[in-house]
Amino acid sequence: MTTSIGETGLSRRSFLKGSGLAALGVTLVPLSALLASPNAMAAKPFKTLSPAAAKTLERMARDIFPHDKLADPYYRQAIAPLDAEAGKNAATASLLADGVSALDAAARQRYGRPYTAVAKEEDRVALLKAIESGPFFQKVRGNLVTGLYNNKALWPQFGYEGSSWEKGGYLHRGFDDIDWL
Amino acid sequence: MATQFRLDDDQVVVIVGSGAGGGTLANELAQKGVKCVVLEAGKHYQPDDFENDEWAMFNKISWLDKRISAGGWHHTKTYPNLPAWIVKGVGGSTIHWAGLALRFLPHDFRNKSTYGHVDGANLLDWPIGYDDLEPYYFRAEKKMGVAGSAASGLPLLPENNHYKVIAAGARKVGYKQIVRPMAINSQAYDGRPGCQQLGFCMQGCKMTAKWSTLYTEIPKALETGRVELRPQSMVLKIEHDKTGKVSGVVYVDQHGRTQRQAARVVCVAGNSIESPRLLLNSASSMFPDGLANSSGQVGRNYLTHTTAAAVAIHKKPVHMYRGTALAAVISDEADPNPDRGFFGGYHLEGLALGLPYTAAFMKPGGWGRDVTSALEMYDHMSCVWVCGEDFAQEQNGVTLHPTEKDQYGLPVPIVSKTDHANDAAIRRHGLAQFRKVSEAVGATRVIDMPPYPASHNMGTNRMSAKARDGVVNKWGQAHDIKNLFISDGSQFTSSSAANPTLTIVALAIRQAEYIAGAMQRKEL
Repeated sequence: MTTSIGETGLSRRSFLKGSGLAALGVTLVPLSALLASPNAMAAKPFKTLSPAAAKTLERMARDIFPHDKLADPYYRQAIAPLDAEAGKNAATASLLADGVSALDAAARQRYGRPYTAVAKEEDRVALLKAIESGPFFQKVRGNLVTGLYNNKALWPQFGYEGSSWEKGGYLHRGFDDIDWL
Repeated sequence: MATQFRLDDDQVVVIVGSGAGGGTLANELAQKGVKCVVLEAGKHYQPDDFENDEWAMFNKISWLDKRISAGGWHHTKTYPNLPAWIVKGVGGSTIHWAGLALRFLPHDFRNKSTYGHVDGANLLDWPIGYDDLEPYYFRAEKKMGVAGSAASGLPLLPENNHYKVIAAGARKVGYKQIVRPMAINSQAYDGRPGCQQLGFCMQGCKMTAKWSTLYTEIPKALETGRVELRPQSMVLKIEHDKTGKVSGVVYVDQHGRTQRQAARVVCVAGNSIESPRLLLNSASSMFPDGLANSSGQVGRNYLTHTTAAAVAIHKKPVHMYRGTALAAVISDEADPNPDRGFFGGYHLEGLALGLPYTAAFMKPGGWGRDVTSALEMYDHMSCVWVCGEDFAQEQNGVTLHPTEKDQYGLPVPIVSKTDHANDAAIRRHGLAQFRKVSEAVGATRVIDMPPYPASHNMGTNRMSAKARDGVVNKWGQAHDIKNLFISDGSQFTSSSAANPTLTIVALAIRQAEYIAGAMQRKEL
């Protein structure tokens, strides 16, 4: 994303840091990271995150926004932007690596095993609850808000139909079809 | 060939901003033969650039220059650098507005007379009354094609699912005033098509059915040959001569060059954060506290409306996103009625969100099954926005950061807002009423949401009869400087419980008559 911001020459990405979107607790992830089909994504290895760290983040993503009806590839896709950012930004890479290590350490201390091996969701949630105000958790959660819910491939499962202008809007496609009132 | 004016042409009216106020003023002045240069900080997007995509458009058109939320409001936690949700682009926030064109009520102009002394508030009557503005409301409604208005002759928009759910619940709890005066073409009007219920009204109306200065006032102004529009032109400072009259503006143009445009009159319409900020940034040895600020009221009395939001989850699907974003509006609570335990009133406005925004705004910072169990019912949701009277408080407002600068080298604005006790009472009442309205049609779960970043920004350069109480007079003309005008919602003396755009447009039409007349009479 290098959209020029007019006269300043700042890239939009660096410009947004610390302003608008970040202020919403939301990170807008590049669309390209979200367009791969879940199946293609499942086979594609991450570039920067270690397989173990990726597995932990994927589990964490499901525990943060648990939707039993969503298959694993959606969560894997949702953390792909974190992998991409870690590849470009050393601070993000260490925030994620350190965060995963600390989460595993806390899991070992409390349950005698790493995070992904803790069997009960409520036990994993308790571990996350303990770190929810920290930068690692907030980074992951903020990315997931768009990494998960801005993924167009997932919208049909929530009954959201997205862009409508190219289909002539909803005037002839159910804008007033409610029948239960 | 588009009209171009020389930088040293000191006969032009310079208008800062091209939204509801600036865009309308430019066209109205141009139709009366007045030459104008419109300086707009944002880019010139066209409807082809609009996407039916919430985050893509947020990223494209929002005003994201750094601002700091301060004071006691929720935004210091939820939206620390995004106090306001407005647009940076030609057309300003008329790209983003939902299209609801409510008139203010007569008592709104008599704020102090209606409520008397209210502890902690800085209430004041407007120097004009409803009757002064009524003919201009009519002209604004005609211009904007307000559906269901006598002025436009257009029928109401059809009722979409979201409208029907809220209206049915409202009727069951006894509400009678269920309205929707929308500035969205219900059929072809003024060269623009009738609405096809796309949804995405707030992402820029791709089919131009919703009124926006971007594709109405501004092209009409340009067609006269008397207006030049300069996008990506951020005004840094308004200059004055040694008699104290404004003489021109200094701005950074689209190539990053600093320019000076001479002016006969300057009209500021940059919305209620940028407008006072510009006056404060224009301080000089003659005006050390900023331009037009002898009262000390520039940047004060910041009004946003008292807002809250909620989603209701119904037993069966609603698909609230299908069709116009703004659904039924309940106006029964708009009149003041002290029996409810608060001053002023509010509207309950059905306002649809897409799934991406619902996920972000329903519970900022939230996670876990409490959140996801609600989001899984997205297609069963209705969503409301409470729009209530906000009382002027002197300490609420816009100040300049002492050291931090933005990309233009200007001090970052600090936007400070603390609730009045009345605000909490309005929010509580509004949310409780929405719960009743929703449960009346069988909603199983209602989730209260914190207020969104403020899209209604008003009051920071308010009108007053006396120079010591406000910044501008009944024409929006600065008390201190006769050829300086405020042409946006920052001139509002009170917020009302009505959305501001229609009133901004009505005031701009009225102000254009005054400015054109005064120029003809050589008073300006």
